[in-house]
Amino acid sequence: MSLIYRLASRNLLHDRLRFVATVVGIVFSILLVTVQLGLYLGFGRIVTTMIDHASADLWIMPPGTKCFEDPSTLDERTRFQALSINGVAQAAPVVIGYAEWRIAAGGTFPVFIVGSDLREGGLLPWNLVEGSLEALAIPGAVAVDRSYFDRLGVEGIGANAEIRGQKVEVRAVTSGIRSFTTTPYVFTTLDRARAFTGTAANKATYFLVRVAPGADVESVRHRLKANLSDVDVLTAAEFRDRSRSFWLFGTGAGFALFAGALLGMIVGTVIVAQTLYSSTKDHINEFATLRAIGSSGIYIHKVIICQALISAVIGFCLAAGIGLLVVAATADTALPIVMTPTLTLVLLFLTLVMCVVSAVAAILQVMRIDPVMVFTR
Amino acid sequence: MTEPVIEVVDVVKWLGKGAAQVQALKGVSLALRGGELTLLMGPSGSGKTTLLSILGCMLTPTHGTVRMRGRSTEGAGPEALAKLRREHVGFVFQSYHLFPTLTATDNVRLALDVRGENSARAVGKASDALAIVGLAHKRDAFPLELSGGEQQRVAIARAIVGQPSAVLADEPTAALDGENGNAIMALLAEIAKDSSRGVLVVAHDARILRFADRVVHIEDGCIVGDRRGDAALENDQTDCAVPS
Ligand SMILES: Nc1ncnc2c1ncn2[C@@H]1O[C@H](COP(=O)(O)OP(=O)(O)O)[C@@H](O)[C@H]1O
Ligand SMILES: [Mg+2]
Repeated sequence: MSLIYRLASRNLLHDRLRFVATVVGIVFSILLVTVQLGLYLGFGRIVTTMIDHASADLWIMPPGTKCFEDPSTLDERTRFQALSINGVAQAAPVVIGYAEWRIAAGGTFPVFIVGSDLREGGLLPWNLVEGSLEALAIPGAVAVDRSYFDRLGVEGIGANAEIRGQKVEVRAVTSGIRSFTTTPYVFTTLDRARAFTGTAANKATYFLVRVAPGADVESVRHRLKANLSDVDVLTAAEFRDRSRSFWLFGTGAGFALFAGALLGMIVGTVIVAQTLYSSTKDHINEFATLRAIGSSGIYIHKVIICQALISAVIGFCLAAGIGLLVVAATADTALPIVMTPTLTLVLLFLTLVMCVVSAVAAILQVMRIDPVMVFTR
Repeated sequence: MTEPVIEVVDVVKWLGKGAAQVQALKGVSLALRGGELTLLMGPSGSGKTTLLSILGCMLTPTHGTVRMRGRSTEGAGPEALAKLRREHVGFVFQSYHLFPTLTATDNVRLALDVRGENSARAVGKASDALAIVGLAHKRDAFPLELSGGEQQRVAIARAIVGQPSAVLADEPTAALDGENGNAIMALLAEIAKDSSRGVLVVAHDARILRFADRVVHIEDGCIVGDRRGDAALENDQTDCAVPS
């Protein structure tokens, strides 16, 4: 095996303090990048939770709807038109909207109402841990997530509150249905949702289309687009993309996360460049000797880049380990940091790029060495 | 006489910049032949190191020609010069310049490694070279665990391991005591017995004259004496062009 690796690793270990500083620099910058990109992924996932759990092949929605939470409405007539179209098996209405949750002890809290027909389905609560879907048929029944008990001032099944002057009672409890905004979701029936949000009885926010068995989703969509005026018809995947790009880029949140990641990269690059540069300066005699005994420029570059890569790999492994802890720690929060195999590879790649770019300054310095200096030192 | 391994013809070298410019060599010609040890002597600042650097393709002359195994090095850039060095020249320095983080074997191997020779055979060659300089038993020692004389032996092993055309040593004994210095010179003289290899040693210590096959004197950038045995060579005292 070539001595390049041995030279590089011993150069690094020769000055342990500087090596530790390099690795710490890499770990912090890569952690920062991990958190930012992990938040980006987590945010991208959580903004589509509702769309992911709806049972729809196609979504009919008011034109220009930007995201699931957009509360403009469609007319019930549209639903009947949709149902008359060949290949449409079902068009379940869903009503959403903000409302005020008022508790008996006093105080109100904004909630986000999601209502669907219990028989037709559409967007019913999932992950039920107490109560049942059937129980939502009881007058005033709602389902809430247990993570919001405190906020909603309830203690579980049977708890009472008031929305728009109407009594509500918690009849089902879910687990893990969290909103990335701080607003809790409240699931209920279609009619009650209309009543809670002040939506007219002939209006709905979405019609969730199931196509008939054997029907082609794309051609059903074409027919819907052709026959329904003033609506958007999106597949679930398209609606997810649209929601995600609204929340990530319409709001600037995505750019902020990317800017944070970029900052992490820059800080890391500067730290690694600085330590590599000073390490090369300390070993300038050895590099001059290498040059004197006839090593090519490439050989010397390889030694320096190898130093950078060793630091990168060690820094990355530590950062990945800490990153996994961060991921585990945020898993149950409203905005979990998500780590995927792809993101891990991207982070490794970014670390390697960062360290190789950092080697440039050291390489430029070493190329200025005049090997004749070995005679005078 | 054999073909010179390295030859410089009418070499002029200016060093430094602007007003501080110095003409370190003023028109020097010298042919280094295989199978002999040439001693280059002269006062401090006379241009010995400069001449050795040009012979070893570490510096290029301002004017004049350098021929390595008969081929002119004219127009060679830094990478081409590095290639000539690794293929044809073994250097020995006053201050050894070993790598403190590598063992004796690895220090010697380095000369092969920079040529892309890094198989198990390279380790064998390095061990052989260490055996030639009498350090077979210290092959796993680090430089700091070796005496000055031993370190210089490792450096000589590194210089010869690649079978270079020439071994160029700049004051290799200056940092050593008399005994160790003599041992190093004896070793270099032994190495010079190989007819395919020329050895040039810069020194200003008259005690080591007895190891030399040929003695070249340089003063103020001019060769002023060149003797083989007791006989003056034909170009004795005549090398220098009129200083310009
Ligand atoms: N880099 C340099 N810049 C300017 N002058 C130099 C430089 N290197 C050497 N010199 C000068 O060139 C002359 C020859 O130097 P050198 O070859 O090192 O002499 P020696 O090895 O015989 O002592 C000296 O006068 C020295 O001061
Ligand atoms: Mg000198």
